[in-house]
Amino acid sequence: MKLSEEQIAFYDMAKDFASKKMAPNAGRWDEEKIFPVDTLRELAELGFGGIYVNPDLGGSGLSRLDSSLIFEALSHGCTSTAAFLSIHNMANWMIDSFGSAELKESIVPDLCTMKKIASYCLTEAGAGSDAGNLKTKAIKNGDYYIVNGTKSFISGGGSSDVYVTMVRTGDKSSSGISTLMIEKDSPGISFGAQEKKMGWNSQPTAQVIFEDCKVPVKNLLGNEGDGFKIAMKGLDGGRLNIAACSLGTAQSAFERAVEYVGDREQFGKKIQDFQSIQFKLADMATELEASRLMLRSAAIKVDENTPDKTKCAAMAKRFVTDLSFKIVNEALQIHGGYGYLKDYPLERNLRDVRVHQILEGTNEIMKVIISREILKENK
Amino acid sequence: MKVLVPIKRVVDYNVKIRVKSDNSGVELSNIKMSMNPFDEIAVEEAIRLKEAGTVSEIIVISIGPQQAQETIRTALAMGADRGILIKTDELVEPLNVAKLIKGVSEEENPEIIILGKQAIDDDSNQTGQMLAALLGWSQGTFASELKFSDGKINVIREIDGGLQTIDIKLPSIITTDLRLNEPRYASLPNIMKAKKKPIDEKSPEDYNIQISPMLEILKVSEPAQREAGIKVETVEELVDKLKNEAGVI
Repeated sequence: MKLSEEQIAFYDMAKDFASKKMAPNAGRWDEEKIFPVDTLRELAELGFGGIYVNPDLGGSGLSRLDSSLIFEALSHGCTSTAAFLSIHNMANWMIDSFGSAELKESIVPDLCTMKKIASYCLTEAGAGSDAGNLKTKAIKNGDYYIVNGTKSFISGGGSSDVYVTMVRTGDKSSSGISTLMIEKDSPGISFGAQEKKMGWNSQPTAQVIFEDCKVPVKNLLGNEGDGFKIAMKGLDGGRLNIAACSLGTAQSAFERAVEYVGDREQFGKKIQDFQSIQFKLADMATELEASRLMLRSAAIKVDENTPDKTKCAAMAKRFVTDLSFKIVNEALQIHGGYGYLKDYPLERNLRDVRVHQILEGTNEIMKVIISREILKENK
Repeated sequence: MKVLVPIKRVVDYNVKIRVKSDNSGVELSNIKMSMNPFDEIAVEEAIRLKEAGTVSEIIVISIGPQQAQETIRTALAMGADRGILIKTDELVEPLNVAKLIKGVSEEENPEIIILGKQAIDDDSNQTGQMLAALLGWSQGTFASELKFSDGKINVIREIDGGLQTIDIKLPSIITTDLRLNEPRYASLPNIMKAKKKPIDEKSPEDYNIQISPMLEILKVSEPAQREAGIKVETVEELVDKLKNEAGVI
């Protein structure tokens, strides 16, 4: 797949930034659970705060394919930080795409510079894979919605300035869901304790709790009842971004493994001279190539809004995140005992990409989506 | 005042260099190329001068194959205004590079030309100095700090013993050392905008310069592999080896 000169420039710039400004710190961010807001703002200065947001409001106005290249490149440096940036971008895009002109102008420029940071709130304790069953309620009262409920596993929870939140304004069906942009300083919002996680430690995760939280009606994105559609539209792109974060991590683990096998000697020769290692490298390289092609092809479909874009984005998310986890695991295996030590980034890589098989819809849910789309096509 | 910044497309500094099997040069096919890092510093310095209001226009020049246009685009994305590509597939030696830049300078009339002190591929470190001689301009080489004041540049130079401060009169040639600045990243929107900035295509003939090389490369080879050392048992053995094997005492 041939990339344009600009796309190569986006990728190269992002990768250079990742290797100079993120990779040297990623181990510490993980270990000390540091949320690198300054680094995120440096990225935002370069246009990464609103990659596919309208340039009139400070965005970069790029495509989903561009975005997938960028997240692939950034995750070479720090998977968890790149993934957080992708969530911020999704939330920013939702406000830019569905907010009123007044709302957009008031917040999107600050989100593009990351003076303000955005989170996305869909999941609840009882509504994970079954997201359409969410219970957080918003009742309209004059110029405000009164919101009650709790959102779980929220990336940026407690740190972010705005929360793009899926709430129930109508009946129990998916058309009873609406989307509100809720600010951190709204009366009635609070946050749970920081979750202790296997990976993704450079970003905070917490419950976001709404108790009679007052949200101005002008903060509604789209119309009442549009929420589920907005969520699903966001997720097509979100899935591409998460897959890209897995792919870049797997690529960097692979490169590390290739270098290692040329140095490490056992039984009097370099381990790259053993066929068992050679076959592992061949499989990893093949799977990386397949993953990359699949991801980029799905990104083009989302850009072109083709009828099969949701299916293809789900396929890419499932395939790329599963294979990337396997590739990182193989790279760790090739490093033997050293791979298990925190002196090498492989164990962190593994912990970070593991969650990509779970979030933005589990990979099992991806199969539900893929099969549903196939059966629909054949009706 | 205009500033001219010549930039070179070289093998990316992260790439492990491999010598061609026939020892005629280094392997260039299928290898990542990028802007010479010292030239990036030169571009950055020019942009800072423009931001400070000292210069009004930044023109970048690259001499090389068609792909050198990508290197020019990188400079345009960082903030240069326009580019000139002098297209050739030949190897161009420093004196001919200097002559070509002189040719451009006579057309563009800049008052300052900022170059990297050397390119990381051939490490010649000659072009800036030769250009100063050809143009009869002042030169401030290995610059680590520049200050402008009415018609003069105060240049802090990195020399073997430390730092040397000189005042030179415009028009001037500056060559950049590593510590002059830290080049910026081109932002995503600026990468897009660079597409629309003009790049003129020229050839060495346009400047009446023959670029045929005056040097002949006989052989390019890898540095000798470092071999493992040995442990000596006694002081006598050490002295003996230093005297008779290493020949250093």
